[in-house]
Amino acid sequence: MPDILDDDSVLTSLFPDEVVTRALVRDVPLPGGAGTMALITLDNGYDHTRPNTFGPAGLLALRDALDSVAGRTDIAAVGVTGKPFIFAAGADLGVAAQIRARDEALAVGRLGHEVLRRFGELNVPSFAFVNGAVLGGGLEFALHCSYRTISSGVTAVAFPECFLGLLPGWGGTYLLPRLIGPARALKLIIENPLSQNRMVAGPEAFSLGVADALFEPADFLAESLRWAARVLTGAVTVSRAVPEEDWDQAAAGARFFADGKLHGAAPAPYRAIELIAAARDRTRDEGFMAEDQALADLLLSDELQASLYAFDLTQRRARHAAGAPDASLARPVTKVGVVGAGLMAAQIALLFARRLEVPVVLTDLDQARLEAGVGHVHGEIAKLASRGRITADAAARLTGLVTGSLTKDAFADADFVIEAVFEEIAVKQKVFAEVEAVVRPDCVLATNTSSLSVTEMAAGLAHPERVVGFHFFNPVAMMPLVEVIRGTATDALPTDEGTLATALAVGKALRKNCVLVKDSPAFVVNRLLTRFLGEILAAVDEGTPFEVAEHAPDPLGLPTTPFLLLQLVGPAVALHVGGTLHAAYPDRFGVSQKLRALVAAGQTAIYGPDFSVVPAVAAILAGGDRPSTAEQVRERALEALAEEIRLMLDEGVVAAPEDIDLCLILGAGWPFHLGGITPYLDRSGIAEKVTGTRFHL
Amino acid sequence: MPRIARDVVFVDGVRTPFGKASPAGLYAETRADDMIVSVIRELLRRNPALPPERIGDVAVAATTQTGDQGLTIGRSAAVLAGLPKSVPGYAIDRMCAGAMTAVTTTASSIAFGATDTAIAGGVEHMGHHPMGSGVDPNPRFISERLVDPSALVMGSTAENLHDRFGEITRARADAYALGSQRKVAAAYAAGKIQPDLVPVAIRSAERGWGLAAADEPPRPDTTLEALAGLKTPFRPHGRVTAGNSAGLNDGATGCIIAAHDVAAELGLDARMRLVDFSYAGVDPAVMGIGPVPATETVLARNDLTIDDIGLIEINEAFAVQVLAFLDHFKIADDDPRVNPWGGAIALGHPLASSGVRLMIQLARQFAEQPNVRFGLTTMCVGLGMGGTVLWENLNA
Repeated sequence: MPDILDDDSVLTSLFPDEVVTRALVRDVPLPGGAGTMALITLDNGYDHTRPNTFGPAGLLALRDALDSVAGRTDIAAVGVTGKPFIFAAGADLGVAAQIRARDEALAVGRLGHEVLRRFGELNVPSFAFVNGAVLGGGLEFALHCSYRTISSGVTAVAFPECFLGLLPGWGGTYLLPRLIGPARALKLIIENPLSQNRMVAGPEAFSLGVADALFEPADFLAESLRWAARVLTGAVTVSRAVPEEDWDQAAAGARFFADGKLHGAAPAPYRAIELIAAARDRTRDEGFMAEDQALADLLLSDELQASLYAFDLTQRRARHAAGAPDASLARPVTKVGVVGAGLMAAQIALLFARRLEVPVVLTDLDQARLEAGVGHVHGEIAKLASRGRITADAAARLTGLVTGSLTKDAFADADFVIEAVFEEIAVKQKVFAEVEAVVRPDCVLATNTSSLSVTEMAAGLAHPERVVGFHFFNPVAMMPLVEVIRGTATDALPTDEGTLATALAVGKALRKNCVLVKDSPAFVVNRLLTRFLGEILAAVDEGTPFEVAEHAPDPLGLPTTPFLLLQLVGPAVALHVGGTLHAAYPDRFGVSQKLRALVAAGQTAIYGPDFSVVPAVAAILAGGDRPSTAEQVRERALEALAEEIRLMLDEGVVAAPEDIDLCLILGAGWPFHLGGITPYLDRSGIAEKVTGTRFHL
Repeated sequence: MPRIARDVVFVDGVRTPFGKASPAGLYAETRADDMIVSVIRELLRRNPALPPERIGDVAVAATTQTGDQGLTIGRSAAVLAGLPKSVPGYAIDRMCAGAMTAVTTTASSIAFGATDTAIAGGVEHMGHHPMGSGVDPNPRFISERLVDPSALVMGSTAENLHDRFGEITRARADAYALGSQRKVAAAYAAGKIQPDLVPVAIRSAERGWGLAAADEPPRPDTTLEALAGLKTPFRPHGRVTAGNSAGLNDGATGCIIAAHDVAAELGLDARMRLVDFSYAGVDPAVMGIGPVPATETVLARNDLTIDDIGLIEINEAFAVQVLAFLDHFKIADDDPRVNPWGGAIALGHPLASSGVRLMIQLARQFAEQPNVRFGLTTMCVGLGMGGTVLWENLNA
């Protein structure tokens, strides 16, 4: 059998579905008598919505292109650029997801190095003209070239690898710190991907030293070629100032940063930091070989497989909610009503006005509260304008769209009314009855309740079928998830398809990701977080020291510690939601006595401004005689999650475990390396131990 | 209140290399608006003394004003080129004399005092917009015999001109065409043409990105024998061939026009002064004769004779039309004053953009010949017109 490391056809045959990025070579006469450039255009034949990527076949196509120019003596330079709007978006993730064996993983890394490094080792200078999005392996490709220009119109320059559980292993960890210094390299390779996968634009990439010249998009390539000609003729000298920095200190800073985000839970960033720190003293061969090994380890890691699963969920399932009715059933929404004028209502009103650009009316019975609510929205709009986020004209338009009314008559011609009033079922029922009295029969009545029954809220209405849950997460403008809750009345009409379709269409217009949830106590995110937190609070109630319980989940790399989460949610709200769930499932959802005591004592914060625990809180949380270890607390919480998720799936709360994970990723910020949570519960054996089966077979 | 007209000068001009209008041509997959945008941006790069916000107007000509030449292209190109949004623009059309008309119209506005400076130019992507595409001639043209049926086919109007001037034979036309090719080849070899070309990035989905850096149409190796062997597509045994006519081409041109005093204020290089211009109408069936009355008018109005004109840039839509002009003014076919660096037969004629190409070359020649005081740019126009602009050399 041929060896995969020696025979490329073995590698390409493993990934028959690769969309191959072609490398089109064309001779270009350079201006000013600078000679001929062999210009390679990367183009996979699709438009910008399917970016250029590199799998084995794409790399081999690039190698063929190189072979066709490497022996030529009639060219002055080699150039490479992308198709419109896209330079290259890096390695083909589809290929990464299919790798199952270490030699396959090693072969992919080596082939990338073998091909890309030749761009830096030709007998003529090479130029990368970065005309569009440049990510991961695409950026590494550019780094291998002798010179780089970048368009000021590029919006996506990034090494997203660590965000996904990989590292820039085609030369990135070696070349970038040696080009721009370790601190900036660590910012691009570690900090940005771990900060919601932040990307930088062309001008910032240029100022960081990633590119040697910056040109405007209107005539980017022509000007880049002129610049290249001037470099070749000596009219332009490229000087690069690599900052003198302490490499070890930079690496330590990055490790501290990664610890803050991950507590060591995902290996990729730490491997990347090691490689970057070592790049100073390694030869190219040593650096690239170390990257090959690290990449092979990571490609086979559970964390990567979970990340790819999670990434795919956010790219696909998040855009088309599972179980959604035909989108054509959605009714147009040309005016929105918001019942209530509190902070949540104001946030919702602002979002609707900005995204739907239709009139939004807030109502409140209290004139002062109403004015405050509308005033808050108008103030936020003014802030957006003063920060340059929107134009003065847009601000004027938005301000005009958001108005207040003391009576609900203003909803008469609304198509979508959402309530954000006090969390009490009787209050909400009364509000909906009043709204129904003035609106059209097909106006959607939505509730932003976080735990009350949507079905119960609809009971008694003339048209209960137009009631739907529309649950935002705080802060409304930032959090991408909306749980869309379907009422399940059996004695009356449940939420109908037109209402659901309208709610989902509204969610999409708000640029949120919707997950369809059956009406059930606390829906998905709050139910799971409450169960998780409930076990940790129970352990504290029993006598586990606060410090132990608080840091028990650290090895998971969750976005917040349990008590910080409690503080963000607010102890009172947590107690309220916990009460709802306790009423529904008393066996599984206890009520923490210490939480009750915190609320009773009026404690709203766990930590003080200096991040130390508030002494009064520490006193309340102390006590108990059955302490657990951190590991026991963690296991208990995870086992409870596995049990709860299985029950939710059996109850039909959501269509599949994928929806659970999507909710936790988008609504609670749970990490990719856990895949949300079910891939982790599977691979850790907890799912099988608790439920007798895996979530993903 | 009486007004004093201001002197208007040509500051600088650039153009894209011209391409062949064919699916294999340089610009087959390049947008026309992107081509004129390249020209405008190059003008600004070459003339940093001109603050973009001081540009009073952007007039861009195109014969077919739809698709990538639509959306009032002077304005859309200004926005796409990144000019301040305060700079207005508009589209202009006088077919082949589009860019020439853009110059004379913006110049008139400057002379009038309504604007100080302007960018004037033209673009024609004949590959995307073949000649006559989308036109809907009124049937009255024919039913009322307003024009001869041949008047809308430019090649046929050229054959008509051969009929009228029997002494202009096919052999003379071919010889003139060969001369144009040779003059262009010599000018290229001497580096006369290249300084005013802006390279344009061109993309082919199949071949990838490339760069248009030189004119595609010239055939420097052609011979009289090869020219004699070409078909006469407009008439059996006719005289007009692809070899003694301009081709079908893609290209864009542009120039900076300014009030003389404003150019001085800004430190712009005033290269030639617009002395006068004239457009004339003739029988559409012999549109090629148009430059004759247009030139006669300009000369008469300025008390000049053709002998006072040291350089003539005449557009070579057809050799016969140039020869008719030369015969009228008793100028030899190979007079060195006429198109010294060759013309459209070799370089190409992307309809509405050609007028400024003539000015670009005249301005360069003025610089080389400071002793020449006056020069002409002149061209024939479809539907029976001619246009002539009289320029004064400011290099003396």
